[in-house]
Amino acid sequence: MGAPALSSVGVAPARAGVTPMAYWPLVWRRLRRDRAAVAGLALVAILALLALAAPWLAPYDPAEQFRDGLTPAGQPLPSTLPEGSLRFLLGTDAVGRDLFSRLLHGARVSLTVGVLANLLTVAIGTLLGATAGYWGGWVETLLMRVTDMMMAFPTLLLAMALVAILKPSMGIIIAVIGLVYWTWIARVIYGQVLILREREFVTAARALGTPRRRILLAHILPHLLPTVIVWGTLGIATNVMLEASLSYLGIGVQPPVPSWGGMIQQGQAYYRTAPWLVVAPGVAIMLTVLAFNLLGDGLRDALDPIQRGRD
Amino acid sequence: MWRYLARRLVLTLPVLLGISIITFVLIYYLPADPARMYAGPSATVETVDRIRRELGLDLPLWQQYTNYLGKLVQGDLGFSYRKQTPVLELILSRLPYTAMLIVSGIFVELALGLPIGLASALARGRLPDRLGMLVALLGVSAPPFWLGLMLLYWFAFQIPIFPLGGVEHPTSIVLPALTAGLGGAAWYARIMRSSTLEVLAADYVRTAHAKGQSRHLVLWRHLLPNALNPIITMAGMDIPWFIGGVVLVEQVFAWPGLGRLAVEAIQTVDVPLILGTVSVTALIVVLSGILVDLVQSLVDPRIRLSR
Repeated sequence: MGAPALSSVGVAPARAGVTPMAYWPLVWRRLRRDRAAVAGLALVAILALLALAAPWLAPYDPAEQFRDGLTPAGQPLPSTLPEGSLRFLLGTDAVGRDLFSRLLHGARVSLTVGVLANLLTVAIGTLLGATAGYWGGWVETLLMRVTDMMMAFPTLLLAMALVAILKPSMGIIIAVIGLVYWTWIARVIYGQVLILREREFVTAARALGTPRRRILLAHILPHLLPTVIVWGTLGIATNVMLEASLSYLGIGVQPPVPSWGGMIQQGQAYYRTAPWLVVAPGVAIMLTVLAFNLLGDGLRDALDPIQRGRD
Repeated sequence: MWRYLARRLVLTLPVLLGISIITFVLIYYLPADPARMYAGPSATVETVDRIRRELGLDLPLWQQYTNYLGKLVQGDLGFSYRKQTPVLELILSRLPYTAMLIVSGIFVELALGLPIGLASALARGRLPDRLGMLVALLGVSAPPFWLGLMLLYWFAFQIPIFPLGGVEHPTSIVLPALTAGLGGAAWYARIMRSSTLEVLAADYVRTAHAKGQSRHLVLWRHLLPNALNPIITMAGMDIPWFIGGVVLVEQVFAWPGLGRLAVEAIQTVDVPLILGTVSVTALIVVLSGILVDLVQSLVDPRIRLSR
């Protein structure tokens, strides 16, 4: 990354008695000292590893139904079998599938959708927000009115309708989340560009006759990087939650592919007799969202050029 | 202020128009055939064709849309295909339940979130702060529909204090409202904490302390009004999310609100009902946004309503 160029403008002017330090090493140092952020980073790394290694770590095929996977009465098996065996670590679901294997494979869906959909939302949001903020005029009016309209749209319903039309699959869900949820980032970026475009270095570049497109790409975009990184992390948490919500409503990734939201939906009918079917995937979602929230919060503090009086 | 209000209300019209166009186009491309859904599975091809013509579903997209708009202007939202009832009647019968859930959910958000955030900030760095923020972080991270199921399991099944669902009992609202509000309460607690900390560091608070004003007075006169400002801004941004969450909560608790109606409509390709529920939900979102802006301008005289 163009660290030197950034450090000169991304960091607040060095105060008296403070040794100036390059921007990115400073960010990394602050992040390392933030225990919550480090915990988040570690959790994200563990989850990513589990998702990647799911086919090798999972004891069974997530779709395999075991004949001995149900009680004689046809009920899901709890994890604590009377005979104390560890055949099914977390018990089985309503059709005798291994819950632990399904959880591990569910991580793949959650993280893939969370990360890829967020790349898309951040890309669309940054592009539209920056264009609207920098171009001004009718482009600004048009883009921001569209953003306002999209923000008023009941997004979950819009996503539902879209997924219903396009037939749910992982690619479609990623695309739909991307198309529906870019508005927040667009707003934030737009606000920042409005401030940035009045800064001296932009005026200077304009005075030198730099083309507008180049000013936007070479001078303004690098300053948006911290915002993009923070939203790029926090947004993953949001998207993991969204994917789970869509799956819970039955319009996520379709069975037999296991997804955490779908597992909660299927387990819901048994929540009185087999609560672990609902508890386990819920905890998995919570841990994943928590990990990205912790990391995102930490990044926000670490990337903030002026250390605010908080914490 | 009235001029501002009128202007904002007029500006919602293009937003609603845009939303109805998007919804209309989306439905047009639904793979399921609304005429077939209307006629039922046993109807002959001729019947389905006749129904398609009667409903105007054989017309080009733009003509269907202008027909719809023409009726809309007269307050006619059309007939639900599935329920054979006017859409407006269906929506009005569900609206009170959703309104109840929204209001009680927002109450939970504020009544839990603000005191926790304030207490956390005042006890900064000590045990109550750490505990409060840990709970808030977990609350932000837990999926609301899952929280709802957990509440049901513990407080309706294991310890049967509240009903398992439905609306018959007066305490029926408690668990859905908690479910709808807990996530938001956690957000508000976090924001309230940081905004209180910011105000605590402000010169005017130090001055107030220095001139010997009582802690009580400082809190109520200087701290709270200023710390609440970001909360109101946040409330404005939170509303679309909150209403999205309400759809899920209604699903968990079999709560007969608009969200469930909309989900049903989408699942059964009930075109007029989808259009109606989506538009009314959008209207609620837009109107609450205006309400939040008004409240903010009343609370903070620095903000003038001039956009």
